[in-house]
Amino acid sequence: MKKALCNLRRLRAVILALVLVSGAAALRPALLGAGNPSSSVVNIDNFSFGSGTLTVPAGTTVMWINRDDVPHTVVSTDHVFASSVLDTDDKFSYTFTKPGTYPYYCSVHPKMTAKVVVK
Amino acid sequence: MSGYIVHDHNHDGIDRRGFLKCMAWAGTGLICVVKGGILRSYSLGQLAQGGGGKAMENIRGELSFVQISDSHMGFSKPANLDVVATLQAAIDKINALQTQPAFVLHTGDISHLSKAQEFDTVDQLLKGARTNQVFYVPGEHDVLTDNGKYYRDRYGRGAGGGGWYSFEHRGVHFIGLVNVVNLKAGGLGTLGPDQLTWLKEDVAGLSSSTPIVVFAHIPLWSVYPDWGWATDDSAQALSYLKRFGSVTVLNGHIHQTMQKVEGNITFHTAASTAFPQPHPGEAPSPGPMKVPAEQLRNLLGLTSVHYVQGKQALAIVDASLA
Repeated sequence: MKKALCNLRRLRAVILALVLVSGAAALRPALLGAGNPSSSVVNIDNFSFGSGTLTVPAGTTVMWINRDDVPHTVVSTDHVFASSVLDTDDKFSYTFTKPGTYPYYCSVHPKMTAKVVVK
Repeated sequence: MSGYIVHDHNHDGIDRRGFLKCMAWAGTGLICVVKGGILRSYSLGQLAQGGGGKAMENIRGELSFVQISDSHMGFSKPANLDVVATLQAAIDKINALQTQPAFVLHTGDISHLSKAQEFDTVDQLLKGARTNQVFYVPGEHDVLTDNGKYYRDRYGRGAGGGGWYSFEHRGVHFIGLVNVVNLKAGGLGTLGPDQLTWLKEDVAGLSSSTPIVVFAHIPLWSVYPDWGWATDDSAQALSYLKRFGSVTVLNGHIHQTMQKVEGNITFHTAASTAFPQPHPGEAPSPGPMKVPAEQLRNLLGLTSVHYVQGKQALAIVDASLA
């Protein structure tokens, strides 16, 4: 009986540890950006730039991928960066070295606006 | 089928129920003649047979032309895997018209990615259209590189500034406007101060009885601003045209037919020859709308326009590719 209880406690500890580790693993990307902490991806789809606002640490390379079935562009309103036209599955990357707020839009569909906040 | 407008609830000369009924039948070849805001409808079939009497007198014109739009040459996605075939179907319809159109107006998005070979393909296909000339205005898909320089070099026809121009035909004054360059973040279509100045001077010397036809890609009226389906400075442009007895504005961009009458101005948008788009607000975004294959050609189309000299209104007929 004592041995069984000990095994149960051990099992519970293992399960708890697993939950904590997986929870932390899930939390880490949310804090630092998906995958590699110095890169981040914005999926362009349904005439939207991801969720609109992306917050990243200085030094991050942001990659935009066009998942939409029409072409889009990624153009900074302050002329900091500008992609060429991106057809479906085309990519554009820019590395943000200086902190600040970088509003941008699609020059083909100008109602599509978003921003990158660099901390 | 013919119907006269009898319900004028808003006292503005428009029977909205009749108007909507008319528009719903437009795809099957019903002619809606707009005369000073009053709609009269005649069946295309009735006119084709030579019947209709007074209707024929109202419709047979001295000037006929066709508007096509949004061929998006180069597009190949589930919404339409063969935009060459559907553009050809539109050209076949043009060639089957009883009256050969004097010319074709293409209201933009000729290409899908502003590529030379895409423009080449459209030029080649349109050579097979039974007409004398094709006039173009660019869509936003035609000016993707270099702020539209390639488009202007190719189709600029000696036009000044950003590629806008006008010409006269059988006493009707046609104006091709460009509202797809220098688009601002969060903005709509835009004409810009230079073009507005040019437009004001272009019409200044015309008598108010000159029928005016304006064609541009993005609608010059507020169809659905949330999706960019409007032009931010169109009100100023239209103010220069207010004094004219007959103004027809032909647009594309929204890939569906829509019509509005405001005083002496009739606004009309054409269907695409490539793919349909959803009705305003009926989808999360205005992108290509996939429909069952057998329905596609019902939602694509072209527009015939007839002008009767001496009559104010232009008769605008939408036909699908089905």
